[in-house]
Amino acid sequence: MATTVTPKPPAEKKNRLGLTREAYTGGKSTLCSGCGHDSITAQIIQAFFETGVDPKNVVKVSGIGCSSKTPAYFLGQAHGINAVHGRMPSLATGANAANRKLKCIGVSGDGDTASIGLGQFCHLIRRNVEVIYIIENNGVYGLTKGQFSATADMGTAHKKGEINEMPPVDCCGLAVELGCGFVARSFSADFKQLKALLEAAIHHNGTAVLDVVSPCVTFNNHPASTKSYKYSKDHEIPLHDIDIIPHFEPQAEIHIEPGTTREVELYDGAKIVLKKLEEDYDPTNRAQATQSIERSRQAGQFLTGLIYLDTARRSYVDQLHLVDEPLANLPQSRLRPDPKALDEIMDSLK
Amino acid sequence: MPSENSQTPNVNDFSIHVATINGSGSQTSNNVLMRTIFQMGVPVSGKNLFPSNIQGLPTWFTIRASKHGYIARRKEVEVLVCMNPETALDDLKALPPNRVCIYDAPLKLSNKRTDCTFFEIPFARLVAEIPETDARLKKLLANMCYVGVAAELLGLDLAESEKALMKHFKGKTKPVALNMKALNLGVDYVRKTYPKAQVPYRIERMNATGGKIIVDGNMACAIGALMAGCSVIAWYPITPSSSLVESFIDLAKKYRHDPQTGKATYAVIQAEDELASLGMVLSAGWAGARAMTSTSGPGISLMAEFAGFGYYAEVPAVIVDVQRVGPSTGLPTRTQQADLLEVAYLSHGDTKHIALLPGTVEECYSMMQDAFDLAERFQTPVFVLSDLDLGMNNWMADPFPYPTKDFDRGKVYTDADIEKLRAAGKKFERYRDVESDGIPWRTLPGNPEEGGSYFTRGSGHDEAARYTERPEEYQRVMDRLARKYETAREWVPKPELTGGPVADIGIIAFGSSHTPVLEAMDQLSADGIRTAYLRLRALPFHRSVQEFVALHPRVYVVEQNRDAQMLKLLKADLPAELCTRLRSILHYDGLPVYADAIHEGIKRMEVPQRVVSGGKGPGTRGEE
Ligand SMILES: Cc1ncc(C[n+]2csc(CCOP(=O)(O)OP(=O)(O)O)c2C)c(N)n1
Ligand code: SF4
Ligand SMILES: [Mg+2]
Repeated sequence: MATTVTPKPPAEKKNRLGLTREAYTGGKSTLCSGCGHDSITAQIIQAFFETGVDPKNVVKVSGIGCSSKTPAYFLGQAHGINAVHGRMPSLATGANAANRKLKCIGVSGDGDTASIGLGQFCHLIRRNVEVIYIIENNGVYGLTKGQFSATADMGTAHKKGEINEMPPVDCCGLAVELGCGFVARSFSADFKQLKALLEAAIHHNGTAVLDVVSPCVTFNNHPASTKSYKYSKDHEIPLHDIDIIPHFEPQAEIHIEPGTTREVELYDGAKIVLKKLEEDYDPTNRAQATQSIERSRQAGQFLTGLIYLDTARRSYVDQLHLVDEPLANLPQSRLRPDPKALDEIMDSLK
Repeated sequence: MPSENSQTPNVNDFSIHVATINGSGSQTSNNVLMRTIFQMGVPVSGKNLFPSNIQGLPTWFTIRASKHGYIARRKEVEVLVCMNPETALDDLKALPPNRVCIYDAPLKLSNKRTDCTFFEIPFARLVAEIPETDARLKKLLANMCYVGVAAELLGLDLAESEKALMKHFKGKTKPVALNMKALNLGVDYVRKTYPKAQVPYRIERMNATGGKIIVDGNMACAIGALMAGCSVIAWYPITPSSSLVESFIDLAKKYRHDPQTGKATYAVIQAEDELASLGMVLSAGWAGARAMTSTSGPGISLMAEFAGFGYYAEVPAVIVDVQRVGPSTGLPTRTQQADLLEVAYLSHGDTKHIALLPGTVEECYSMMQDAFDLAERFQTPVFVLSDLDLGMNNWMADPFPYPTKDFDRGKVYTDADIEKLRAAGKKFERYRDVESDGIPWRTLPGNPEEGGSYFTRGSGHDEAARYTERPEEYQRVMDRLARKYETAREWVPKPELTGGPVADIGIIAFGSSHTPVLEAMDQLSADGIRTAYLRLRALPFHRSVQEFVALHPRVYVVEQNRDAQMLKLLKADLPAELCTRLRSILHYDGLPVYADAIHEGIKRMEVPQRVVSGGKGPGTRGEE
């Protein structure tokens, strides 16, 4: 009798916590197949898995939109809150204040961030709340069936032919202007770069803005759109190739040819290695960052990579001078002043 | 010329009305005057009537001394102090005959009426004698000077004024001495110029304020929040609520820093607007902190969307609404109870909220603590409805007792609980009604057990917090939320009954209408109308409300708004046959309701054949 030999499956890869990739997945996506947002979800899963963040120590926050639904599709073991349109930043801020030990990831759309939520976006950055802020940017309101959003480029066309005549809100330019310490732009189809940027963002101690062009296959992937897969592929100009050396495995050196790279240290000691492409780009130079954004805008290019990095600013919880333990975990004995204190207050009112 | 008055003086039962200019420093003088009376053991209350302005517009302050212990606003004025040229003529016109008017000499009021006793004081000239002071300081001192004039005329003890100044200047002797100098200039001027003057109003020592405190409702709420262990506040400044958070900040700086590290056990976040404030509060509450915000009507309007989310997603939050009048371009520095309906149903869909209705500063303190407990017990936004009168005016009260109850953190599964569930072959399900009280169990982010997390969204979820749009599952969520609201009836502060048991009529009121109602009950009783008064202290209503209405043929609902908002809520809750018993006493001119208005309003409807003297106050309307 012939015997069939089932090949032993390769041992599933585990991260430094001993967890498999499976531990970082979430519910099944309900987005249109081919939607850029799903690719971003996949890279979020991969980045958290490879960095070895305990998913139970993560909180996921989001606004409303196709993009804002995605936190249900990754890190199923993390608590998540999907609230109201455009107000994800306030959720990140409150969760951060209540429990500073949790890693916060926020997902938003271009409508969610650049229209209804523009105010909260700006103020989150001003405060430097520690959150990985992902804008899944498709230039339209996906969930309400394809209206232009405020990031639609001038001259881009609507599916029905209408041309947008208003200049876009550039979330990266705005973030740099507002003093954001981590500003990056990427493309949902550029898996390697996106994952590296996400990993770098995980190591950042403050607001990390990632504006990721993420085509809407249903409403904004036509030939006259500037946020289609084809247009984005054709116009993408990466600033550099990116690799991350995590702080927990400094020995995992990557091969570097002298003079071709630039190394930047992230907040927690991890390093980001930027391989020069056309020119030497220094992401710690704010003036250069602003200039590059402006030049690429004028040239109609789609500039991606780590645009700006400043790890020196204190995060919001540090500015609040909070105790080390999460406020949420403080017992009554540390929250309610003793009777002597109340007596003192009462005496002052007599 | 002041006349020598031989009528028997009114002792400890009159009001002093001071008209000044906003920003002229009269606040300090008024407080010193009020505290002097208070420290002499006489029950006193102070009402600040101020404009929406920082400097230049007219301001009034009314101090009421009441040997009977009434601390509500009183409309009648006995002693008028005129410092403001812009309003002096009107202020004087409103003064009833045979009263006293102290005025700044340049106003030349004495020839304007013959039926009042005038005291003309050249304040500016008097304080000009004080050396080494600039023009601004002189203005402040002129105000202090009228305290001296009043002290001399009314028999106040200057030693108490000095004590009050010491308190105000936190023991700094230099400003105290300077102010006492100004005060004494007033005293001396009266003695010299009007040596034989006698006014028919006197303050004499009593023993009715010993051990009491003077506090405004916002400070009382702040102390309550402090004792409730509030650890996150997000807010946006707005009168009349700002001083609540600012008081909290002052207290927390002193009492909520870790003794070892000096680090804070609280976060106060000044948000970019009120919608952001509530978003921050909700996520902080969701993550396990005791979180609150404080605002006024316009801020509540902005919060509407998040309030609905909080209700449906079942997230604790405490929201204080220090109510004021209408929109920002209404009368933002006046008082009303007109956000009631807005708050009761705030937001989209079938929302109805728990709301607490403090009627005194003591309750501002205690109900803030209740609010945090209820928010966590019921996993929902809980509103505390104060108002400008309660929140920003000074009230006499007993010192607040130290809380006797531990925090109620509600139904929260810890990691050990999740493990136990698993051991028993069960799973954590966020929205399962385990005890049939409508309140499910929750876990907090960071729970280290597998199976301890869940994804929070609005109402589109099943018991296990999975997304669903199935009709029967949605309806189950809605029915459970309604059940939870019913459970709350027994948990919220119960109504408080005063008077009765035998009564001709019932009165229902809430919030800052409380003290005027108590006074009006005495007035009605003097007219032979026996009353029982049920003070509502929370939404949803306790069943005793229905019992109370059933006991009385006519029930007068007193409230400070135009549209009888509380009466509408009662009608929505009571059986139809009881609703016909409800009558409205409405007051909505922006000033606090006062006893005479309630008394006369009720009497007019109770004794229609009898002509009531005095007439109703502006804005007070009786409706059958
Ligand atoms: C207050 C409010 N207004 C409008 C909507 C309707 N709405 C839902 S999603 C959305 C736009 C989402 O666009 P975007 O953020 O770009 O997300 P996408 O679907 O494109 O990923 C709008 C307008 C809403 N949910 N809430
Ligand atoms: S409508 Fe567009 S954005 Fe939404 S899921 Fe489909 S492809 Fe994605
Ligand atoms: Mg979009």
